[in-house]
Amino acid sequence: MGCSIAGIIDESGKRFSGEEIIRSIKKMFLRANGLGGGFAGYGIYPENKDDFCFHVIYNSEKVKEDTENFLRHDFNILKSEPIPTRSIEEIINRPLLWRYFLKVKQEVRKRFYEMTEEDIVMRSVMKINDASAGAFIISSGKNMGIFKGVGYASDIGRFFRLEEYSGYCWIAHDRFPTNTPGWWGGAHPFGLLNFSLVHNGEISSYGINKRYLEEFGYKLTLRTDSEAILYLFDLLLRKHNLPINIVHKILCPPLWSEIEKMTQKEQDLYRTLRIVYSNALINGPSAIIVSDGKIMFGFSDRIKLRPLVAARKGTKFYLASEECAIQEVCSISSGIHFPKAGEPAIGYLNNK
Amino acid sequence: MKTLTFPDFVINRDNEKCIQCEVCVRQCAFDAHTLDKETNKVETDIKKCVGCLRCATMCPTGALCVSEYSQKIRKNCNWNEKQLKELYKQAETGGVLLTGMGTDKDYKIIWDHILLDAAQVTNPSIDPLREPMELRTYLGSKPSKIDFRFDISDLKLKNLQKGILKTKLPPQLKIETPILFSAMSYGAISLNVCRALAQAAEECGIYYNTGEGGLHKDLYKYSKNTIVQVASGRFGVNPDYFEAAAAVEIKIGQGAKPGIGGHLPGEKVTEEISQTRMIPSGTDALSPAPHHDIYSIEDLSQLIYSLKEATEYKKPISVKVAAVHNIAAIASGIVRAGADIVAIDGIRGGTGAAPTRIRDNVGIPIELAIASVDSRLREEGIRNRASIIAAGGFRNSGDVVKAITLGADAVYIGTAALVAMGCHLCQKCYTGKCNWGIATQDPYLVKRLNPDIAARRLINLIKAWSHEIKEIMGGMGINAIESLRGNRLRLRGFDLHDNELKILDIKPAGESL
Repeated sequence: MGCSIAGIIDESGKRFSGEEIIRSIKKMFLRANGLGGGFAGYGIYPENKDDFCFHVIYNSEKVKEDTENFLRHDFNILKSEPIPTRSIEEIINRPLLWRYFLKVKQEVRKRFYEMTEEDIVMRSVMKINDASAGAFIISSGKNMGIFKGVGYASDIGRFFRLEEYSGYCWIAHDRFPTNTPGWWGGAHPFGLLNFSLVHNGEISSYGINKRYLEEFGYKLTLRTDSEAILYLFDLLLRKHNLPINIVHKILCPPLWSEIEKMTQKEQDLYRTLRIVYSNALINGPSAIIVSDGKIMFGFSDRIKLRPLVAARKGTKFYLASEECAIQEVCSISSGIHFPKAGEPAIGYLNNK
Repeated sequence: MKTLTFPDFVINRDNEKCIQCEVCVRQCAFDAHTLDKETNKVETDIKKCVGCLRCATMCPTGALCVSEYSQKIRKNCNWNEKQLKELYKQAETGGVLLTGMGTDKDYKIIWDHILLDAAQVTNPSIDPLREPMELRTYLGSKPSKIDFRFDISDLKLKNLQKGILKTKLPPQLKIETPILFSAMSYGAISLNVCRALAQAAEECGIYYNTGEGGLHKDLYKYSKNTIVQVASGRFGVNPDYFEAAAAVEIKIGQGAKPGIGGHLPGEKVTEEISQTRMIPSGTDALSPAPHHDIYSIEDLSQLIYSLKEATEYKKPISVKVAAVHNIAAIASGIVRAGADIVAIDGIRGGTGAAPTRIRDNVGIPIELAIASVDSRLREEGIRNRASIIAAGGFRNSGDVVKAITLGADAVYIGTAALVAMGCHLCQKCYTGKCNWGIATQDPYLVKRLNPDIAARRLINLIKAWSHEIKEIMGGMGINAIESLRGNRLRLRGFDLHDNELKILDIKPAGESL
C-alpha cells in the first residue's frame, strides 16, 4: 500500500484543534488515492471522559435499532446522537454515522465476574462487527473517537468538522488501498477500546498473525492486515500485561545475529520473546503509529521498507511518513529525526 | 518348483566397450554378474538384477545399461506385471511380501497441487543475498505468554534491563535450518552412514536421530546434535544413552508401517551391533508392535514423564507417530500427555523393512496430517505446548516450505538423505545386500561408503535446500521463518477437491484474499 500516516501529541496534555492534523496529512495527498482517510483524536470528550464512547457506521435505520437493542443487554446508554457532519461535495454515499456514550451495567459486571469492563466491551464489539449485519463499531474507547470514511483524509476531516474538536493527541491516515476494497469501515485508523492504529504497509505474515489472534478469541472480520496489528497490541499490552517497549520488541524483534552480540541478560530476554511470541512477529513493509491516549508510538518494520520521520518542538511530538507533513504545521530547522529500522519513536503524555 | 516370475530389469552389455575387467562382478552383491570360469567371460543373469545401478555407475567404460524389463504381454491396467509377479512369488513361497523404503504406489502427491505466493508491487520481495534471512527455529514446548515484571511508574522504560523476566523456558532444540535427519537405526544402516549423518548434523547446526538401534560409542562425541530413540524393543537404552543425547524421542509408530513392529534378523546382529543394542550377538532383534507398557494415553504420559525425570527436565521429549486417520485427536492427546515435540510420519515415509501390503496401504498423506494437527492444536489453544516435526517423503525444498507454511515447525528427511549419499531406491534394504554400502552390515559392502565424503554430500544438500528456502521466503517478502510457519494464506490449492482444500485450510488458486 502507498498511504501516508501522521500523528501529533502534546506531551503536556494541552488540547489543540483537529485542524492541525488535517493540514499535516493533507500535505502528503500524493500518497493517497481518495479511497479512504481517517483520524483518531484523544481528549475530545472531556464531559464524558469516564464513559465508553462508540462510533458506529450503520447501513440502515433497521440495523441501528437492532444494534441498540443488543447494546442495551450489557450497557446503559447515556447519550445517543448523530456524529456531526457537514455536507461537502467530495464525500458521497455516506452511511448513518452515530455515537453513543455507554456504561457497563452493574448486573452484567456481576454476572461475568471473570471479565473486566474492557473484556465485556471487546466481546460486544467483536459480536457486532463479526455479524456483518450492516453495523460496524469503528471506535470504542474512553474520551477518544475515530472519524473515517471513503475520500481523501483532508475531505473526511472537513466532513466530520474536526476543526471544532480539540484533543491532545491526533493520528491520521490517507489511503491508497491495494488488497481490500475501499469502504467506510475499512479506512484507518482501526480502533479497539482506547487503542487506535494507522498503518502504511502490507504484512506478509498476516496469515499467521491472524490464526494466532483467533486462538485468543479475536475475530478478524476486515480481511486487512492493519486490523491484526491492532489486536496484537491489545493482546500483548492489555491481556498479557506487557509494557509497550516489550511489545514493540515482540512485533519487531532484533535479528538473531544482533541478539548474539548482547549481554547475557539481554540475550535471555530477547531470545525468550522471539521463541514465545514467534507468531506475533510482523513481517513485511510497515510504518505504524499507535496510540492509547497515554503514548504515541511509531515504528517501522525490521528493515525499514516504509518511511517514518519524527520531530519534537516545544511540548509537541510529531510523526509522519514524510518531513513535509511536519514542516507544514511546525516550521522546524533542526531536530528532524529519521528512526532506524526497527527503532521506535515515542511521544509520552506527561500529565498525571 | 520352477519359478513363473519374470525379471524386473534387463542389463545390456555393449561388448565393444566391455573390457572384461570384472568390476561389475565385484560390485553386485546380488550376483547378477558372474565370471564364467570356463569361457573366462563375464556373464549376466538379469533375473538377479535389483536395478540399483551400482554396476552401470562403476563400469569404467560405460558398457552397461540397465532398463526396465517389459514382456509386452497383453495390456491389463488391473492385473499389471507387478501384480502378477507378486502373485507368483507368494504362490511359490507362501510368505508375506517384504520391501524397503517408502511406498512407490501412484498416490496423488498433494505437494504438487499446492502453489506458493510471491510479493509483487505493493510488498517488495527481499533478496536473501543482500538482506538478512532467518531460518533459525527452536523446537520444544513454549509457554503461552511471558511474565515480565516492570515498574509501572517507569512508563518510559528507558532501560528494559530494569525489568525482570520471570518466565523460564522449557528445554529447546535450536536448529539453524528447519530440517533434521530422520530416525534410521544402526542395524538398518551401517555405522559409516550413522557417522556421516552425525557429522553433517554437527556442521549444519541441526540434529540426526539414532532410530531405535542404540548409540554406538564412537558417536557419543556428536551428542549435541543427537536425538536418541526409545522404541518398543528398548534397544540400547541406558543412562549414558540419555546423557549423550540432546533430546529423547519415543517411537510409537512409523509412516511406512503403522501398527507394525520391527525385526532385525540375527545374521545382521554383529558384535558391534550386539553391544550397541545390548542384546546377544546373532539373535534376532524384535521390536514388538506396541510398547508393552503403553496400552493407552495415560501410559504414554507416564513414559514421557519417566524420561523427563531421567533427563532432569533438561531435554525435550518427542513422541513419533504414524499419520493415521484420527491423527489430529491422537496428536492432541500426545501434547496433553506432556510431549514437547510431536513427530508425525506420513504414508510415504521410508523403512529398512516392511510388509509390502502395510507400506502401500496404511496411513494418510503427511500434507493432510500436518494441516489437521496444526488446526486442531490451535482450536484447542495448545499449539504452543509442542512443536510439530513432519516426516514422510520430503523430496525437495519446495515440499519443506509448503510443510512449514501448512503449520509444521520442521521436517525430518530420511530417504532424501540416503539418496544424497548414493541410494538409488531399489527397495532391497531388507536383504542386507545394499550395493551402495548403506543398508548393510557386510564389511565388504560397508567400506564402500566413505563417511567423510557422504557427510560432505549431506552438508551440500542441507545448504542447497536452505539457500532455496531463503530464496522462496525472500520472494514472498518474508525474512524470518516464523512468519512463514502456519501462514496458510500464502498457499493456494490447484486441482484439489473441496474436501482437500477444507482440510488443508487453503484457498483455491485464483481466489484472492
